[in-house]
Amino acid sequence: MNLVSPTPAPAILYCHCRYAQVVPPEVKSAVLEQLCASGLPFEAVPDLCELSARRDPSLQRLAAAGPVKIAACFPRAVKWLFAAAGAPLSAASTEVLNMRVQTAAEVATGLLSAPLTPNLPAGKAVPADAPKPATPDASTET
Amino acid sequence: MALTDIPLRVVLYEGEGATVLDSVERLQSVRDLLEAGFGVTRAGAARPVAPADQSPLLVLGRWEGAVPAGEVAGTRLHWGALGEVPAVQQAESARTQVSAPAPGAWKPWFPVIDYDRCTNCMQCLSFCLFGVYGVDESKKIQVQNNDQCKTNCPACSRVCPEAAILFPKYKAGPINGDLVSDSDLNREKMKIDISALLGGDVYSMLRTRSDRAKSRFSKERDSDKALAERQKCLIKLSELAADIPPEVLMSLPSPEEIARKAEAASARAAALTGRGSPATT
Ligand code: SF4
Ligand code: SF4
Repeated sequence: MNLVSPTPAPAILYCHCRYAQVVPPEVKSAVLEQLCASGLPFEAVPDLCELSARRDPSLQRLAAAGPVKIAACFPRAVKWLFAAAGAPLSAASTEVLNMRVQTAAEVATGLLSAPLTPNLPAGKAVPADAPKPATPDASTET
Repeated sequence: MALTDIPLRVVLYEGEGATVLDSVERLQSVRDLLEAGFGVTRAGAARPVAPADQSPLLVLGRWEGAVPAGEVAGTRLHWGALGEVPAVQQAESARTQVSAPAPGAWKPWFPVIDYDRCTNCMQCLSFCLFGVYGVDESKKIQVQNNDQCKTNCPACSRVCPEAAILFPKYKAGPINGDLVSDSDLNREKMKIDISALLGGDVYSMLRTRSDRAKSRFSKERDSDKALAERQKCLIKLSELAADIPPEVLMSLPSPEEIARKAEAASARAAALTGRGSPATT
């Protein structure tokens, strides 16, 4: 089974924002429905914030895999969530669709059919922006 | 179980050797798994998806023959068939077998630093009571203990003079990651002066961190005046930021505690590198 394709089409990442009510449920539900109906391969994560908190390696591989479209929330938040996981996104080849403020139709179109329009805020994120593991005594420091 | 343990990911396989699902079944499976807290990769040849690597994986499909078995190097792989047993039940069973973290076993509230804006002033580290912040070996501010953050407390983002601290799940901008405007920076609520709040020129002391500065700080501090300033600022803070939990407002650190926290953070950073204390440079 080959899980990686050499094609240049952008990868698609959908965030379900499972642990908060900040993304309108009707928007994420409609976007997910259209994503599943598209027949395209995609990544769907319950909560991108969780993957960032866990420094999940799938973020690093996704960030390194080339162009990517992400349906989540504010581009600035997504940029620094990835950076915090040691997985800086490429400003030139990342588009974030914002389900907090865009309509489901806008997000689905941007995700599935429109050309990728890079929109991360200016400034560079580098792996050094990621937090280092805490030192053993840190948890006792309040 | 550590926060950095990697959750189980489910691969919905519809390629060679398996049936392509209809969109209703696909949506049902994906939605159920997401709601249960499992990530899903719908694999296929048309676009890249994150490769397996270290994530424990459960590959589900409507197989044309027997359910596959076997291993992929470097992965913890399980196989299952869609249909008889619900996808979520299979995922939960696989998760238990590989000892992956349970869905929800993390705290969905923690700060994220926007380093495009951060000036490394250390106000957040000094302010936070819960040890969320630290510094690395180059004295750069870091979020190090996500899980110690006080749920729904955005206080550190309000004391950051650069609006550089995000809480992606916060209700309003710019703390939620919306763009920061000049008016945000000028707004009263973004300008809570922690130095005044804590009663003295604490931050210049923390920046220089010399013995001389420390001693001058101790001598010149007028405790009654500092207390009055602090009380005034606490009232202001509670008026402007009604979402800061009362226990945080009531137990803000004293200047001495701040100095101790900053010294401890520097000592930790120095211990990491085996160099001398960066606090004294
Ligand atoms: S990245 Fe945004 S949309 Fe996704 S879980 Fe975090 S706050 Fe929600
Ligand atoms: S208070 Fe803001 S600018 Fe200062 S170190 Fe913390 S995040 Fe950076």
